[in-house]
Amino acid sequence: MTAVRDPGAAPLLEIRGVSKRFGATRALSSIDLDVRAGEVHAVLGENGAGKSTLMKVLGGALKPDDGALRLDGAPFTPRDPRQARRAGVAVVHQERALCPHLTVAENVFLGDEPTRGPWLDARAMRTRSAALLTQLAGEARASRTDPSAKVASLPPGDQQLVEIARALAAPSPRVIVFDEPTSTLDAADVARLFEAIRALRARGLAVVYVSHFLEEVRAIADRFTVLRDGAKVAEGEVASSTIDGWVSAMAGRAIEALYPRSARAADPSREVVLEARALAGVRLPRDASFTLRRGEVLGIAGLVGAGRTELLRAIFGLDPIARGALRVLHVEGAARPHARLEAGVGMLSEDRAHEGVALARSIADNVGLSRLPWIVREGAQRAIGQRWIERLGIRAPSVDAPVSALSGGNQQKVALARLLHHDVDVLLLDEPTRGVDVASKATLYGVVDELATRGKAVLLVSSQVPELLGVCDRIAVMARGVLGPARPVSEWTEEAILAEATATATATAA
Amino acid sequence: MSAQTTTPKQLDLPRAFARALARAPWAGPLVALVLVYGFYAALAPDTFARPEIVVTMLCQTAVVVVAAVGMTLVIVSGGIDLSVGSVVALGTVVVAKALRGGLPLPVAVLAAIAVSIGVGALNGVAIARLKIMPFIVTLGAMSVLRGAAKGLAHEEMIYVDARGLESLLAALPKARAWMLVPPGVWLALGISVAAALVLRSTRFGRHVVAIGSSEPTARLCGVRVDATKIAVYALAGALVGVASVLEFSRLTLGDPTDSVGLELTVIAAVVIGGGSLAGGEGSVFGTVLGALLMTVIRSGNTHLGLRSWVQEMITGAIIVLAVALDGFRRRA
Repeated sequence: MTAVRDPGAAPLLEIRGVSKRFGATRALSSIDLDVRAGEVHAVLGENGAGKSTLMKVLGGALKPDDGALRLDGAPFTPRDPRQARRAGVAVVHQERALCPHLTVAENVFLGDEPTRGPWLDARAMRTRSAALLTQLAGEARASRTDPSAKVASLPPGDQQLVEIARALAAPSPRVIVFDEPTSTLDAADVARLFEAIRALRARGLAVVYVSHFLEEVRAIADRFTVLRDGAKVAEGEVASSTIDGWVSAMAGRAIEALYPRSARAADPSREVVLEARALAGVRLPRDASFTLRRGEVLGIAGLVGAGRTELLRAIFGLDPIARGALRVLHVEGAARPHARLEAGVGMLSEDRAHEGVALARSIADNVGLSRLPWIVREGAQRAIGQRWIERLGIRAPSVDAPVSALSGGNQQKVALARLLHHDVDVLLLDEPTRGVDVASKATLYGVVDELATRGKAVLLVSSQVPELLGVCDRIAVMARGVLGPARPVSEWTEEAILAEATATATATAA
Repeated sequence: MSAQTTTPKQLDLPRAFARALARAPWAGPLVALVLVYGFYAALAPDTFARPEIVVTMLCQTAVVVVAAVGMTLVIVSGGIDLSVGSVVALGTVVVAKALRGGLPLPVAVLAAIAVSIGVGALNGVAIARLKIMPFIVTLGAMSVLRGAAKGLAHEEMIYVDARGLESLLAALPKARAWMLVPPGVWLALGISVAAALVLRSTRFGRHVVAIGSSEPTARLCGVRVDATKIAVYALAGALVGVASVLEFSRLTLGDPTDSVGLELTVIAAVVIGGGSLAGGEGSVFGTVLGALLMTVIRSGNTHLGLRSWVQEMITGAIIVLAVALDGFRRRA
């Protein structure tokens, strides 16, 4: 192992003992990290490992509870993103942070516009942003990106370029943070981004690069740090480490015995209730083929942004289908959510607060919502709510309590109870255990197992690989909108799933 | 068929112009205004096409235009202001009371504008700092200020000598025919041009668009979101104050029950002019066209002798239709 601190290269950015809590969750615990001028430093970790929190601290969007940051030897305590930027630390955000109604030039200089007297110096904005774009992406590509064009009219790759140009437009950029910059880019855009990052490194800037895509990290980074559950678990030089080593550091935790599983066996003779052939949405997914039979739990693994949620939304009729064939139960092709529910398909959204439950309404209101009789009798609805409280062990003061008063895990039980009460045959579950405590997780896994035993079919999207391995019969991995083949769970390992999910799609036109 | 004989070179310029026109946010309202005016002028050629009628319509639109320019800023920033009608009524009362109290004319005018700015700033503070929805804040303000206007006027009209203020929007005397249109119309035009420049070419204007387009992004980029919002509502308040002075010049009295529902006409002008209630979109020029369009429709229906209940139904249908058509045009 190389010495982490080389006396010849004093760190440009020092992070010492930084901690951050959100309520009871420790998002970061005492992180130490050095970034040197002229290096690309990768920060790795699974979803929820604390990478984005750390980047928000760097960029001034969050204040650490504890610990200190130093930039060029001087204390660095930005009050807000503007101060961080003035000091020389600029962030290219994971969620695209652009104003779609403004032009490219206006976005590049937003918050820091050059002026002549009372007026914006529109010409300076245009020429300087054109220069930045050229410097970033070369003559040919920059000439395609008109500084006076509205950002909404640009393809995703070019929008990304605008964000990077904005980071570079800071008065004197020293450290540029890239938070998952490639999750929405295609291979050609990724190659161009890397050229731009190498140019930044050659100019002596420090680049912090957060990514799930391990092969990309291998290609671009000089050093790496691995976070897991908010703590640093590994660091070193990229050249003297292996992707396998990173994966085991990222996944390191022991798989718990919380997956109740009755003896079910895959039965290829059972009815196919869901079949997709080369299914594609408008943007995502790009290509998904699979079959789902009664009595089966099919897991979809992949990274955030890979297109898994979009696949479920397309199946349930929330998003349009652009190409491909789909059959759900006896319905061919697309259908609206109302028709899907009527046919016996239910979906649980990953966005519990907005799409999973009506937070202000009672448990009874939520559970009965999709299957209300023509005449609603309050007593009957409350009895239904009471029944599900008992069946799923929902911990609630009463059936009339608003769902917002429950814990995350119990809210999720309410959301699932709505599907169970509707008695759907096909369940589309999107990250059902996100933000759910371990005890509730075990209950939810038990329900899924029971459903499969009773001949229901479950399509389970999850970013928690151990959960997929514990609950599913078969697993398929989605990467950049393309769904790989579904294989029995016995043929998968955690490492294999992570490797497939983080593989850079080189053959995009396969 | 004759198009085939035209060389491509001759076609180029009009085409490029047409394309630029089609992309402009105010293109739809402009076409609509021309068509609607042409329609009424064709039906009532002897009255509707006369220049005096056009001047009269411009005078009738001035109050709405000035208030709607302010509303454009508010709507582009992603907000709404329902208190406009009440503030205009309050403004007429303030001017009338001040004049009756013997204050000089400029003081009376500035008092109305100052009250209006104060109201706007308070709305802005409640919205930006207390994080109350603009709809709720200004709905409350609408009622509070209507009450304040009635209280200040002791629930009566305040008759007063307008001391020349009435000439702002009255037909021009012979001696000043060179002005073409009354000074109030020029004032509205000047305010519109200034506001268009502010929205398009100043840092403040671009920040207003940025906030309406994506508030989190604006915050992330260091835009002072709260201060900008307060400034937007205060500025819109100033313009409503000017509108109330113009309204006083038409009424030549203070009327606490005046301009009920004016805010809806003003909002309609902005929306017809291409403004989006979701924020980020809207142009001052489009708003002016939207306001003119509604005046032409109202005035045209009167000239055709339509009953007022028919007029109201037609106006409502045209607002919805105009916005729907514009949506189709943009998606195409």
